[in-house]
Amino acid sequence: MAKKKTVRTIPQERTPMHEQDARARAKNFTEVACGYGLAEALRESERCLMCPDPACVEGCPVSIDIPGFIQKIIDRDHRGAYDVIARTNLLPAICGRVCPQESQCEGVCPVGQTLEPVAIGRLERFVGDMAIREGWANVPYTEPTGFKVGIVGSGPAGMACAADMAKAGCEVTVFEAFHQPGGVLRYGIPDFRLPNDVIDAEIENLRKLGVKFECNVLVGRLFTIDQMIDELGYHAVFVGTGAGYPQLLGIPGDSLNGVLSANELLTRCNLMRAREFPDFDTPMPMGRHVAVIGAGNTAMDALRVALRLGADKVTCVYRRTRAESPARAEEIHHAEEEGIEFQWLTAPVEILDDGKGNVRGMRCVRMELGEPDASGRRRPVAIAGSEFDLEADTVVFAIGTNANPIMGQTSKVKLNSRGYIATDENLATSMAGVYAGGDIVTGAATVIEAMGAGRKAARSMKAYLGLREDEAADLGAFESALFGIARGERNFTRIRAL
Amino acid sequence: MPEAQPQQLEIVAREDYSDVTFLLEVYHPLMARAARPGQFVIVMLHEHGERIPLTIADFDGERSTVTLVIQAVGKTTREMQQVCRPGTRLHALAGPMGVPSHLTGARKMLFVGGGLGVAPVYPQARAAKQAGAYVIGVIGFRTSELIFWEEKFRSCCDELVLCTDDGSAGVHGPVTAGIRAVLAGHPDVGEVVAIGPPVMMKACAEATRPHKVKTTVSLNPIMVDGTGMCGGCRVKVNGRVKFACVDGPDFDGHEVDFDDLMLRLKRYTAEERRATERWSETCRMQLPPAASQRISTPAALELPDPFDEVIGGG
Repeated sequence: MAKKKTVRTIPQERTPMHEQDARARAKNFTEVACGYGLAEALRESERCLMCPDPACVEGCPVSIDIPGFIQKIIDRDHRGAYDVIARTNLLPAICGRVCPQESQCEGVCPVGQTLEPVAIGRLERFVGDMAIREGWANVPYTEPTGFKVGIVGSGPAGMACAADMAKAGCEVTVFEAFHQPGGVLRYGIPDFRLPNDVIDAEIENLRKLGVKFECNVLVGRLFTIDQMIDELGYHAVFVGTGAGYPQLLGIPGDSLNGVLSANELLTRCNLMRAREFPDFDTPMPMGRHVAVIGAGNTAMDALRVALRLGADKVTCVYRRTRAESPARAEEIHHAEEEGIEFQWLTAPVEILDDGKGNVRGMRCVRMELGEPDASGRRRPVAIAGSEFDLEADTVVFAIGTNANPIMGQTSKVKLNSRGYIATDENLATSMAGVYAGGDIVTGAATVIEAMGAGRKAARSMKAYLGLREDEAADLGAFESALFGIARGERNFTRIRAL
Repeated sequence: MPEAQPQQLEIVAREDYSDVTFLLEVYHPLMARAARPGQFVIVMLHEHGERIPLTIADFDGERSTVTLVIQAVGKTTREMQQVCRPGTRLHALAGPMGVPSHLTGARKMLFVGGGLGVAPVYPQARAAKQAGAYVIGVIGFRTSELIFWEEKFRSCCDELVLCTDDGSAGVHGPVTAGIRAVLAGHPDVGEVVAIGPPVMMKACAEATRPHKVKTTVSLNPIMVDGTGMCGGCRVKVNGRVKFACVDGPDFDGHEVDFDDLMLRLKRYTAEERRATERWSETCRMQLPPAASQRISTPAALELPDPFDEVIGGG
């Protein structure tokens, strides 16, 4: 038997991932991080200690059996690795790229106490990309239950919920207001972090499960959630519409031409392909000096998109320090490498007019950190007399989002005091059969948290419909077939309950 | 033999009112049922197209169609004028979007349409008439050749005033002249709805302000998603920022900052010109001679406001 691995015996250095050169990539939209090859994945897999009680699984919002799939990579059973991940996560190629692993699985990896933690995200991506290349998809045979489930929003929460409901034998339709599915993965996250063909591949996998996508449908306006239940024959509905409504600066000059939300910049560039204007009709003119306010992941995306759209100088303006910034360390690092300038401890006071209604610059003030506030972060306080003018002809604000009002306007579903949908701990809303999860419940969060919410809601919906939790999902195809009998029985539990 | 059912998003009828204004009737059964006066749609003509907001001019649950009246002024609308024929399909049509108009239920109401704005104000006038109100219409055009829907309006209005900027038909002058005359004769008008170019709506709001009569306007700023996500359509109303797509598009005309709106509408003028020039270069060959001449003249590239058929003002 092989000797038990310890922190001393494993490769000490985290296996680096090849990246596009910073100067070259600042001009293109090709993916920055190129992914592990076979040898790199093997070497990194060897760094996993195979903890008997793995903390990383606890740290994962969807509880992927991380040592399990890593062991399969070591065994060179890549299909097996994919099967392990696919049991709990349908979208490994996406999550491996965009999850904040440093605060989830990798953040609790014991190797990380002495060395760099195991690069779990990169390994997950390695498996996910291979699955796309090889065309793997786990499409279990499911007995149709006859239940119709409607999913509002095709972002990560909706996709995860749709997958689980389809696997449980429901007829699932996902409604998307835009003309292409994917939600924030499509309009928000730029191609150089998450290429469109990865999203396409993951959506294609959902289609193989029988999930239908209907685009250009704004639920609430074309038909309401109430109508879905009462008239359109949906037995259960999941609302995963995202938060969306951008928060505004509220400083003088914020409606000048050249001031826009990160959402607008990213949607124009990613979904509407403004970077290919005029081959595509949507324009996104970039000034020479772009200032982005905020330092979250959306701000990092906006900064790097602005640079790639041709701005000469791109500056991040944030009122706290790098340590408090909500963006992933990797994103800030990438942005810095590409030449983004950071003005920490700086807050905008006023956006300056060129006299014709366009942005000429931005008046800022220097800040210092005072006492901790409610969020535990030290509150930034303006330093008197430290005002200065920053040259800018485009100002992008990425300071968070509020709840989108459409669901509240058009249904009787209860909202909380901040306008988000109110749910119980099982993600049930005030309307029978209607569940909600993701940013429209919690406010802005991460892709994987939204997926976790989508899966949690799916569990509740299955319980509501009288479908037993799918214990067969973890078993092989042979056992699943045996459980087919029980599955048929399940169809009647709800009917009996009625 | 029964006619074949049209496909979703198929154009089932088109009418041309002038060399720039045209109507499209689009097959979309769900939307035809859901649409209410005051709402709008987002249209994409083709896969590479932009998303443009258009106010719903009418809807017909029985024919399962929504009607759009469009003015060919920008790249996309000119292209639509050229390629949209009965039998062709739009790439995408999302909606109905926005909060439906909420008429106060006043006994006597005045509906004002300027240029292209005549179309979206019509279903509101019709709804008021059906609700039993005394309906007065004021519709204005730059010149008599651009007049459309006059008969449609007459059928739902108890009184109708037609204005043209050049005096070639009806009252000589902007719609505000009509508004002042109507309000002088009917001091009991309980609500005014005015739709048209921003400069015209601003003038209408000023014309009604001394009479303290509620004046609703429908704003059409630049939008991308139309669902409250990008904030491109933000407008200032009573000093507060609102999103026209989800908080509107109807607002109290006496509270709207029209100067801010008009300034923000100019945001992409340079890019619009570039796109139009490029497009007319490549397809001038396909256009009828007159049209090609129109598009290639530099004057035509001075892009007017999408609603800019009446100058309004004064």
